Amino acid sequence: MRFSGLRVLKEGLTGNKGWRPHWRDPEPKSDYDIVIIGGGGHGLSTAYYLAREHGLTNVAVLEKGYIGGGNVGRNTTIVRANYFLEGNSQFYSHSLKLWEGLEEDLNYNVMHSQRGLINLFHSDGQRDAFARRGNMMNSQGDDAILLDREGVRKELPYLDFDNPRFPVYGGLFHPRGGTARHDAVAWGYARGADQRGVDLIQNCEVTGIDIENGKVRGVQTTRGAIRAKKVGIVVAGRSGQVAAMAGMRLPIESHILQAFVTEGLKPCIHHVVSFGMGHFYMSQSDKGGLVFGGDLDFYASYAQRGNLPMKEHVMEAGMALMPMIGKAKVLRSWGGIMDMTPDGSPIIDKTGIDGLYIDCGWCYGGFKAVPGSGHCFAHLIAQDRPHAAAEKYRLDRFRTGYGLMDEEGTGPQHNLH
Amino acid sequence: MRITCPICGERDIREFTYQGAAVALDRPDPEAGDEAWDHYVHLRENPAGRTRDLWYHSGGCSAWVVVTRDTVTHEVFDTELAEEAKA
Ligand SMILES: Cc1cc2nc3c(=O)[nH]c(=O)nc-3n(C[C@H](O)[C@H](O)[C@H](O)COP(=O)(O)OP(=O)(O)OC[C@H]3O[C@@H](n4cnc5c(N)ncnc54)[C@H](O)[C@@H]3O)c2cc1C
Ligand SMILES: [Zn+2]
Repeated sequence: MRFSGLRVLKEGLTGNKGWRPHWRDPEPKSDYDIVIIGGGGHGLSTAYYLAREHGLTNVAVLEKGYIGGGNVGRNTTIVRANYFLEGNSQFYSHSLKLWEGLEEDLNYNVMHSQRGLINLFHSDGQRDAFARRGNMMNSQGDDAILLDREGVRKELPYLDFDNPRFPVYGGLFHPRGGTARHDAVAWGYARGADQRGVDLIQNCEVTGIDIENGKVRGVQTTRGAIRAKKVGIVVAGRSGQVAAMAGMRLPIESHILQAFVTEGLKPCIHHVVSFGMGHFYMSQSDKGGLVFGGDLDFYASYAQRGNLPMKEHVMEAGMALMPMIGKAKVLRSWGGIMDMTPDGSPIIDKTGIDGLYIDCGWCYGGFKAVPGSGHCFAHLIAQDRPHAAAEKYRLDRFRTGYGLMDEEGTGPQHNLH
Repeated sequence: MRITCPICGERDIREFTYQGAAVALDRPDPEAGDEAWDHYVHLRENPAGRTRDLWYHSGGCSAWVVVTRDTVTHEVFDTELAEEAKA
């Protein structure tokens, strides 16, 4: 089924009776060339690019819950390429380019909206740091514009510019940054993979990984054993548990990240805006809800909900920056489990086990990475060598200390990112 | 979440600073080699369920506290002073 404007019109006039499920619900086969563990954004995009770029279609994605039930359906949907360090900057640049062709490629409306992202700064030192970051972004062909206070005022007149503690000095504007509909990204990749022959198996939890003589043979699941020549682990917050099934211990701690949404309002926030003096960022969804979040709660957790201190901090920071939101009613808050690495950057690599690959450590920034990660992980699985855009995402960089990517410069240690 | 400091009693988590898994109680020998140190500094068991981690009572008595708690429910089972705890 191809989607088009004409199709929507026709269905609208004929009672919407022609729509079909977007993917099959197959029984698992006993044998696949490749099994991907985890049906989140990254697992689905990996399967899609395995089929599309490498012609590998005897592939299954095993998801313990339902497609889109993990972080891919819980994030605040920000898509950007404003990273600074080599390794990260080219990867996110690669991913953003894939985003820009995604809807046509998938024939699916993922509502990718390049509404522009503005990171505010509030001191001379922060201005210098952002100027340098912007120059880096421009020099690799991405886009950044340094706005002074009046430049920001034109775009975001509603800010409290003269807040006595945190006056707004300006902002780094990334016009190609924006948001996308998170569920639609999962569904679009799921449909695209399914159309190319990939089996998406839901309610199928992997409970063991079979390894013989250092080589992967398949997996044990709640729906029976499945043999596979290659297995990819892409389970975000659950990476530690699944890797343990292969006897591995990862440089990962799982943490909780919260987000919030208000009642629907008339359009008022037209960009993605982030505060430079507290943990707060916001955008407005197409339904009108103000979607916002802050930082981790900062303790290891698998509860998909957080505690009050970070909620209070985020609300206070929001009120300090844009007092006009104070009358909006918060409808919901929730949390997701983040796979945090010591340097805050991800891992896409082989493991010490033949045929077993891992893609993890996306921390709180893996939604924007969904296309790039799938693209590069599929390349690694299919060709047994890293894709150029992800060649710095080595698993052993912590042990060797070589090639760490600590964007915040706080040190390659847990709990600092 | 509320944590019982063995010295100060039950307090809000705002008073505590989180350090991470209680591996710090089991520091390897300086000459133990890079694998042992990699385990200590980076690699984590990262359990979903019962865990032991280190919290610093920064807004209170400055004690280091070993907290045994559940990472799925946030229930706190037990706390003890790090100086009295065994790895
Ligand atoms: C509140 C919040 C806000 C965020 N905001 C942003 C943002 O604005 N921009 C951004 O770029 N990123 C953001 N992120 C991060 C982003 O959502 C994640 O990094 C990314 O979604 C993780 O990859 P994924 O989609 O594959 O994960 P998931 O969707 O979590 O997929 C992992 C899947 O693996 C499955 N699984 C686990 N164990 C097993 C098993 N044993 N067997 C089978 N399946 C298993 C899970 O059920 C799950 O569906 C945010 C995250 C949160 C929680
Ligand atoms: Zn105390």
